[in-house]
Amino acid sequence: MTPSYYLLLSALLFTIGAAGVLVRRNAIVVFMCIELMLNAVNLSLVTFSRINGGLDGQLMAFFVMVVAAAEVVVGLAIIMSIFKTRRSASVDDANLLKY
Amino acid sequence: MTTALQELAEVQAASGIARYAWLLIALPAFGALVLLVGGRRTNAWGHLLGCLTVLAGFVYGLLLFIETAGRPAAERTSELRLFSWIPVNALQVDFGLRLDPLSLVFVLLITGVGGLIHVYAVGYMSHDPDRRKFFGYFNLFITAMLILVLGDNFVSLYLGWEGVGLASYLLIAFWQHRPAAATAAKKAFIMNRIGDVGLALAIFILWRQLGTVQYDEVFARVGELSTPTLVTLTLLLLLGACGKSGQFPLQSWLPDAMEGPTPVSALIHAATMVTAGVYLVARCAPIYNLTPDGRLAVMAVGGITLMIGAIIGCAYDDFKKVLAYSTVSQIGYMMLAVGMGPFGYALGIAHLLTHGFFKAGLFLGAGSVMHGMNDEGNIRRMGGLWRHMPVTFVTFGLAWLAIIGFPFLSGYYSKDAIIEAAWGLEAWQGWVFGGAAVLGAGLTAFYMTRLMILVFFGEERWRELRTDDGTAGGKPYHPHESPLVMTVPMILLAFGSVGAGYFFQNSERLVGWLEPTLGGLQEAEHTALPHEYLPWLTLAVIALGALLAYLLVGRRRQPVTRPEPVTLPVRAARRELYANAINEALFERPGIWLTRLAVFADNKGIDGIVNGTAALLGGTSGRLRRLQTGFVRSYALGMLGGSVLVIAALLVVRYS
Repeated sequence: MTPSYYLLLSALLFTIGAAGVLVRRNAIVVFMCIELMLNAVNLSLVTFSRINGGLDGQLMAFFVMVVAAAEVVVGLAIIMSIFKTRRSASVDDANLLKY
Repeated sequence: MTTALQELAEVQAASGIARYAWLLIALPAFGALVLLVGGRRTNAWGHLLGCLTVLAGFVYGLLLFIETAGRPAAERTSELRLFSWIPVNALQVDFGLRLDPLSLVFVLLITGVGGLIHVYAVGYMSHDPDRRKFFGYFNLFITAMLILVLGDNFVSLYLGWEGVGLASYLLIAFWQHRPAAATAAKKAFIMNRIGDVGLALAIFILWRQLGTVQYDEVFARVGELSTPTLVTLTLLLLLGACGKSGQFPLQSWLPDAMEGPTPVSALIHAATMVTAGVYLVARCAPIYNLTPDGRLAVMAVGGITLMIGAIIGCAYDDFKKVLAYSTVSQIGYMMLAVGMGPFGYALGIAHLLTHGFFKAGLFLGAGSVMHGMNDEGNIRRMGGLWRHMPVTFVTFGLAWLAIIGFPFLSGYYSKDAIIEAAWGLEAWQGWVFGGAAVLGAGLTAFYMTRLMILVFFGEERWRELRTDDGTAGGKPYHPHESPLVMTVPMILLAFGSVGAGYFFQNSERLVGWLEPTLGGLQEAEHTALPHEYLPWLTLAVIALGALLAYLLVGRRRQPVTRPEPVTLPVRAARRELYANAINEALFERPGIWLTRLAVFADNKGIDGIVNGTAALLGGTSGRLRRLQTGFVRSYALGMLGGSVLVIAALLVVRYS
């Protein structure tokens, strides 16, 4: 079994995530797509770690998970408070910070 | 004309009471400091302190003079080093005082005549709320003038030079609420500045060439300079002298300076400050001795100025302006004299001293008349005042006789000597300068007699007139004699006007006294006109001038307003021989154009670039900020696009 399939899967997942971030309006979905992208990267890190026979990539993946967990906490809190004040979870509605 | 290098007097260290010579400067400086810093608290006694410091200076100066006179002639030049003033690498300037016959006569003139005018000003300024400030400035002037004449190097001369310029500015504009006074002060300051540039450049040249600015060192080594440098130097010094002394072509500030209070006109713009130019040339005698061309320039300036001043003086109706042009003209005589070099230095100084007496007397008389006539300055509105102001009339009359050169009064001795020396010049110079000097004497007699007649004789034209000083309908004139505090200085100056000439000339007292500083006075072997006829010729011309004034002015009924139209020469003289018009056309207009051009370039050019840059940046950013839409997804697209671009670039670099 060749590692390149994992890399292809990782690229596929990343693309789906990126497309989701760009096209979806619901903040929760956007958030989930970001998680998807992060995990796609995790997958490729682990794959490269396997290819190279080292542990660096797996270590990095743990770091990414930690950061992602922290990010989820902060991000979901922001989304919650926006939803509380505006009754909307659409990212396009939260556009006050502009020119 | 042969001029041997002048023997320089041996300089000694000051001893005896001369060790306290710094008191001369310190006393009035102390007065000025107390009066100007003390403010209103000193109002009650400020004028007394002002007089006291100057009179104390005079007493000390007199003691110093007597002590110096007691020494043999060779030991009369001494120096007193006070402190190191500017110790900068190669430029070492010590602040020191040079006490020699020349500076001592100036000290006596400044503190003596200055002290009298201080006393006079106590009365003259008695109604002025700012009298204390006036005395502060007056003391400041005396300080600066004494630094000017006592300094032992060119830099202290320059310090005093600027100091008197400042004091002159402050005092001309003393009544600064009058626009004319403020303008006149600015004019005086700016025209002086032109001259100061010349003096400064001369000092720079001296330092560059000789590495020193001390008088004794400069004069000892001045022979090392090349002829072009010497001529440049003398011309620059002359420019400085012209600015300060109101000489052609910088003469037109002096008459305007009469906007100041009359004691200022008497002290600064007649007796002392304006003679600083003559002092400068006389002090630099060792330099001028080496260059006949430089001396010729001085003589030319003197000759032209004495004619200009005398001609314009004939046409003016303003009491003080006539006297101002008379001053211009008389200083022209002094410049002519000092320009003659060893033939005239001492004569110029002698005329300077006698002029100090009679011109101060004339101005104080003018002030007294104006004081009694509600500050009226137009002599056509006066007349017949001799009955009402006997003391003023007598003192003014004596000064008048002195200035026109009436036999055996001051002006007769000092001016006649200059005229004779001028005729003794070689070739054409004798005729030109001698002729100008004699003609100037005739004109002096004319305008001074005209002034005298219009003010003191004839019918009392003021009887039907009322003042036009702004009060409704004006007040009638009540001419009256001035108080004692004003008349006593006038009387003392009148004594000077009468006796000073004889005193100086008798057995060549002044000439002999000045010899250690200025060298012996030489006399020409032959004159263009026979020597024995000259005094008679001069007297005849003077008498003719006075007679003409009597015929043209004294015998006719004089109108109160000045007659129009008049002939071309009179019109020219009334317009100051177009001096102001020429200045305006040559300097003021181009200056205004230049400033307008600069303003235009600044507004359209510089400002355009600055504002244009700002507008460009503002406009661009105004458009660019539209990219900040606030939509998170478009930012994300931007980030994605950017990442793709970076990766693509990396790949291209890697695999190309």
